[in-house]
Amino acid sequence: MSKFEPVLLANVGKPNSHTLQAYQAAGGYAGLRKVLKDMTPAATIEMVKQSNLRGRGGAGFPTGLKWTFLPKDHPGPIYMCINADESEPSTFNNRILMEDDPHQVIEGTIISCYATRASTAYIYLRFEYPLCYERLQKAIDECYAANLLGPKILGSEFALDIYLHRGAAAYICGEETGLIESLEGKRAWPRIKPPFPAVEGLFRKPTVVNNVETMACVTQIATRGVEWFKSIGVPSDPKNPRDPGSYGPKLYCISGHINKPGCYEAPLGITCRQLIDEYGGGVWKGRKAKAAVPGGISMGLLSAAELDTPLDFAGPGKVGCLGLGTAAVTVIDETVSMVDFLHNTCRFFQHESCGQCTPCREGTNWALRMMERIKAGRGRLRDLDLLLEIGDSIGIIPGSTICGLADGAAWPMKNAIRKFRGEFEEYIRRTNPSGYMTTEAVEALPLETAH
Amino acid sequence: MAHSIPTADRLPEERVLTDEMRAEIRAFFPRYPTRQAVTLPALHVVNEHLRWVPLKAVEEIAEMLELAPADVQDTLSFYGLFKQDKPAGLTRAWVCRSISCALRGGEEVLEHLCHKAGIRPGETTADGSLTLEFGECLGACEFAPCMLANKTLHKDLTPEKADAFLKECGVRNTTTNGKP
Repeated sequence: MSKFEPVLLANVGKPNSHTLQAYQAAGGYAGLRKVLKDMTPAATIEMVKQSNLRGRGGAGFPTGLKWTFLPKDHPGPIYMCINADESEPSTFNNRILMEDDPHQVIEGTIISCYATRASTAYIYLRFEYPLCYERLQKAIDECYAANLLGPKILGSEFALDIYLHRGAAAYICGEETGLIESLEGKRAWPRIKPPFPAVEGLFRKPTVVNNVETMACVTQIATRGVEWFKSIGVPSDPKNPRDPGSYGPKLYCISGHINKPGCYEAPLGITCRQLIDEYGGGVWKGRKAKAAVPGGISMGLLSAAELDTPLDFAGPGKVGCLGLGTAAVTVIDETVSMVDFLHNTCRFFQHESCGQCTPCREGTNWALRMMERIKAGRGRLRDLDLLLEIGDSIGIIPGSTICGLADGAAWPMKNAIRKFRGEFEEYIRRTNPSGYMTTEAVEALPLETAH
Repeated sequence: MAHSIPTADRLPEERVLTDEMRAEIRAFFPRYPTRQAVTLPALHVVNEHLRWVPLKAVEEIAEMLELAPADVQDTLSFYGLFKQDKPAGLTRAWVCRSISCALRGGEEVLEHLCHKAGIRPGETTADGSLTLEFGECLGACEFAPCMLANKTLHKDLTPEKADAFLKECGVRNTTTNGKP
């Protein structure tokens, strides 16, 4: 692998990297100055489009294209929401950026608002990040004092306000329209689309929702140029017109059974094995990896034989996972029971389902009850087929739910059982050899209730 | 502030929101085009001052935001942060139980803490010093297992670190010979 210099994380770990002074001393806000001085909003959108930047929040939708969906010549206001509600288990790349380099995120936000003619941006931050709250608020205050926010930014005609808005512990607030509902002061129930937020979003006005890391990428594209960005990553497949490629640097988090858990920057397309061995220092305690989650638990599971999968936007999909997601890898060593793993993920999604759509509310609940039963030694072999059936029917692929949470719950279920079926069968045979289970035994099982 | 916190058995007749809280809530008004959008910020203000959001506060917030109390209550009840039965303990701690923490012993740490403090997840010790809860991914997986206690992140938890934390919170060891 050729030498790769981190850019998004270049300031992280340096003294006072979160302050305006340190950020500007390292060349910060040069991209914004260039954009405000030399470029029109339309040219700024075109720049981001040309870079082929795909959103880093999980779905990988092309950012520039998303911005063009805003209605032309709208009288306004147009809103920008920065999704800082990172709550996908094993994901923490946004937290690192917000804690150690908040100005890189804010610079990208200002440039994006200029491009989309947004006059107000809200950063929707999960409450579990108190240090991010403190540092982002301080960074915003510094920007107002330095004429980087407010009216006539840096002497231009562009005006922008950025406000921090805190969530209150709900995973679904990270869903695009759930976030909008929550910001409006309601329960974070995702909205049926259309209308898409670009047409009718926050406060029923045109709205763009972008991820924190995406904003950092915008900053770097404005500073270093489109060609630099496109020189990194995996080009689009000429044989596949639907593949827009995976360009640019990416933040990868690695956690679980690993020697050096942390957030690392690498070109898109690095393989899971490279990430584990070259960045994460290998599997802990000299053990072997049994499986790895490629990008947050909702993306599914890579088996040990699939660890050479490239972690770009197309890679995990080729081995039966949902996608790259947040590129947060969790390593699972050979001592872990996949029954425990699946129980953990089913519990998470049951707890976090907003309850609005019946397939998700009932499906996640049903799956958890079955996993509790299997774990407690009362499983039956046919439960595995039933779990697969639930997994195949609760997601949005048949269009049965409003948002993607049910799909997120389904993929680890489908992957774990299809890729590790033998282990599940062995567990069930060992713990419940008769394969029999009384109704009383089922009813006596505890079911966790949400707090 | 501790002496003025209303409790469930002494629900206040008088208003709960102090002038200070009201001023803090009002300061959010210019940020949003609707009053309803101030719901979460207002709930945060009350929660930070009182460590819970009693129904009376919901009514008063609704009045300030020109909403029906049911609107505010509807929102409040969706989010895991706000307590309504009684105030949270002086320290409110979330122990992460999501996958990265679970793989490194997060659930065992939560069990250890609950056992030593003599409470179950979601409960508060009798002396009001500590509320323990499980958290769904605290986003600090590189420090697994981890815990967020008020605004402090406790990293790479072990049973020893958990014991030191309980001592710091002033929780008396409620167990005898390992049994509650």
